[in-house]
Amino acid sequence: MATLIKKIKGGEFVIKATDAADIAIPEERTEEQKMMADMGRDFLNTEVIPILDRIDKQEEGLMQSLLDKAGELGLLGISIPEKYNGFGKDFNTSLLITEVVGAGYSFAVALAAHTGIGTLPILYFGNDAQKDKYLPKLATGELKASYCLTEPGSGSDALAAKTKATLSTDGTHYIITGQKMWITNAGFADVFIVFAQVDGDKFTGFIVEKGDGLTLGNEEHKMGIKGSSTRQVFLNDCKVPVENVLGQIGKGHLIAFNILNIGRIKLAAAALGGCKRTSMLSIQYAKERIQFKQPIANFGAIQHKLAEQAIQIFTCESAMYRAGADIQAAEEEYVAAGKSYEEALLAAAQDFAIECAILKVAGSEVLDYVVDEGVQILGGYGFSADYPMDRAYRDSRINRIFEGTNEINRMLTMDMFFKKAMKGELDIMGPAMAVQKELMAIPDFGADEDELFVAEKKALANMKKALLMGAGAAAQKFADKLATEQEVLMNLADIAILIYMSESVLLRAEKLISQRGEAACSLFVDIAKVYLNDAMDKVNVAGKNAINSFATGDEQKVMLMGLKRFTKIAPLNTRDARRRIAAKLIEAGTYPF
Amino acid sequence: MKILVCISHVPDTTSKISFTDNNTKFNNAGVQYIIGPYDEYALSKAIDLREAGGGSVTVINVGEADTEPTIRKALAIGADDAIRVNAFPKDANFVAEQIAAVAKSNTYDLILMGRESIDFNGGMVHGMVAELLGLPSISPIMKLEINGTTATMSKEIEGGKEVVECNFPFVAGCQEPIAEWKIPNMRGIMSAKSKPLAVLEPVASEEVVKLLNFETPKPKGACKMIDPATPEQLFDLLRNEAKII
Repeated sequence: MATLIKKIKGGEFVIKATDAADIAIPEERTEEQKMMADMGRDFLNTEVIPILDRIDKQEEGLMQSLLDKAGELGLLGISIPEKYNGFGKDFNTSLLITEVVGAGYSFAVALAAHTGIGTLPILYFGNDAQKDKYLPKLATGELKASYCLTEPGSGSDALAAKTKATLSTDGTHYIITGQKMWITNAGFADVFIVFAQVDGDKFTGFIVEKGDGLTLGNEEHKMGIKGSSTRQVFLNDCKVPVENVLGQIGKGHLIAFNILNIGRIKLAAAALGGCKRTSMLSIQYAKERIQFKQPIANFGAIQHKLAEQAIQIFTCESAMYRAGADIQAAEEEYVAAGKSYEEALLAAAQDFAIECAILKVAGSEVLDYVVDEGVQILGGYGFSADYPMDRAYRDSRINRIFEGTNEINRMLTMDMFFKKAMKGELDIMGPAMAVQKELMAIPDFGADEDELFVAEKKALANMKKALLMGAGAAAQKFADKLATEQEVLMNLADIAILIYMSESVLLRAEKLISQRGEAACSLFVDIAKVYLNDAMDKVNVAGKNAINSFATGDEQKVMLMGLKRFTKIAPLNTRDARRRIAAKLIEAGTYPF
Repeated sequence: MKILVCISHVPDTTSKISFTDNNTKFNNAGVQYIIGPYDEYALSKAIDLREAGGGSVTVINVGEADTEPTIRKALAIGADDAIRVNAFPKDANFVAEQIAAVAKSNTYDLILMGRESIDFNGGMVHGMVAELLGLPSISPIMKLEINGTTATMSKEIEGGKEVVECNFPFVAGCQEPIAEWKIPNMRGIMSAKSKPLAVLEPVASEEVVKLLNFETPKPKGACKMIDPATPEQLFDLLRNEAKII
């Protein structure tokens, strides 16, 4: 995907419209990117998918050998610069590979933990000596990594970690003592990124190698991702050389949180990989399963499910690669301004932290929707552990929990949005005032809306107004207490997510039309319109819930009327649109977009 | 050892096959193209041989510019360089003449390809190339071992196995399990762009086959269920409706 010329700032989608020409779409992949994606797919299909049961039984050494094979192909070094044995590929390429491999169930989790939260802290925060020592071996898989942040008493509240690091009297080592929990890849990792408090309250990152003082708990019994090694890590007077302090003392939160921004968008990428595989399995089953003397794919209820899976996937994919390219463009700008590759990507991901949080929520919830309907389409066979939906369903669930729960990410979305506004990075005052004014004015009855997407764009602009109205009123009402109004923040975050998704799918369809012509893109138009149609109702519900929880009297009346106006959308025959989408899925026998 | 591997650019095995222009042209809308699977076995074997004994692997494809992604995939898998003969591969004879023309001006010890392509499944090109070059042709080979300048190959024949010994140079059509398909790695993919890909114009070739039109097989009819209590109904249908007994 080409670098974008015009740059939008993170979070700005709420107050600005974007031109279709300014977003990146998956259809613009280069030949090399396609070849890399094929490579990842071939690897999964030949090495991973045939042995999923063995992986889930955690056969001794199996996951390590798969990671070694992935390392031989280069799948572990995509984001690592060439000077450290990696391939220095751009951000959207790394998202693409994450997506493809994301269809690999537990293997995908092990790979993502190794290449993401395991390797990236060293890449982004390590000094030259640490990078020289660890990155080349992490890129090939010779060393395997894990990330130890969570503790029995601190999950979402990560900075409350109790693990202690004390400098030895001779000043050469830190002595780390504490307990880490839910550590992915712990069973076979050689390198552990550990967070601990120095001098009681200086939250700090360390690179800890397997060895004396580091022991492991038993494998956890989990609902899903059973093949992924998840254990407790115990640190008992574990001696770590001072040269293994990662970043600065007391600045561990920068590592923990910045890595999570990238981790969140990558989680959406991996979820999409799982979604596409599940969609394919759903379509194939629906075509084969005969009931009432015909394939169940002939029935409207099943077609609805197949189409909705595809609509959700296509939409989330549009948003994910759009954000990925925006991050990449910002990164390139930082590099041009003199920052190193590592600093630039971190800064860019920080700029787009709102989008990353949105995508984490959207990606994990789309996957949960897709696997849930996958089970339903397979009926009794969906519930059988001998059929593939069972694993997809169980493995999906963790995604709403790790990398920051979806609740934390929803609150973060709005928290960051308000902070950006306070800092003046996001000018919401002007647009919010305009919305206030509009509430008092005579409604616009709409003029010529027959042209493609004119009505939809207006609807999208109205969605943004609904958010600005709700967010503005909530901010005024609660002022500095807004952070504790979690229900309202959730409602507002839901609207923000729906806006980003709706806009992304609309812009992708529009860009595709500009490249291929309208006739070739009728299904993309269907997808965008159905998504927007349903999103409008969801915005309405979330908006009402928010408004009714704090507004009363005339203010409530005016806001509810405004919301009604802002969530108005022309009637759409979604049944027919979904049938057309389903027909294409059934004809292709797989997710074809 | 210099090895030439001939690769075809064919629709993916899951492609939906349809035709346009009054059933005279293949409809390639939405079709993904791949290296012919049998050709890919030949390519994998060639790379194994080079890795074991040194030498070079050149891939050749007769095709228009749209086949270059397929050729670069072969380079990513591990071929050293590539030749594209810039012409639509209209039939087996035409393709064979183009390959033979290239092989005449470069001496290859081995010319490998798949036993057949998976579009027209003609299985003729290896024989024709060998004939044009005056070389032996062996197909379909499932095992190939090299000792100096002699190859020992085995293939399955009716009721048994045939083992053939042949000196260089020769032409062979390959099939599994001659080698395992190779997944290109990142380094291979990234270097594919910079490996040489020569584009040659085709040599003149006499048209010996004329393609009139394509036909797709008749769609399968609905299945008729017969009550086990009335087997005579089956005979009646086979005799009078299907007219096969």
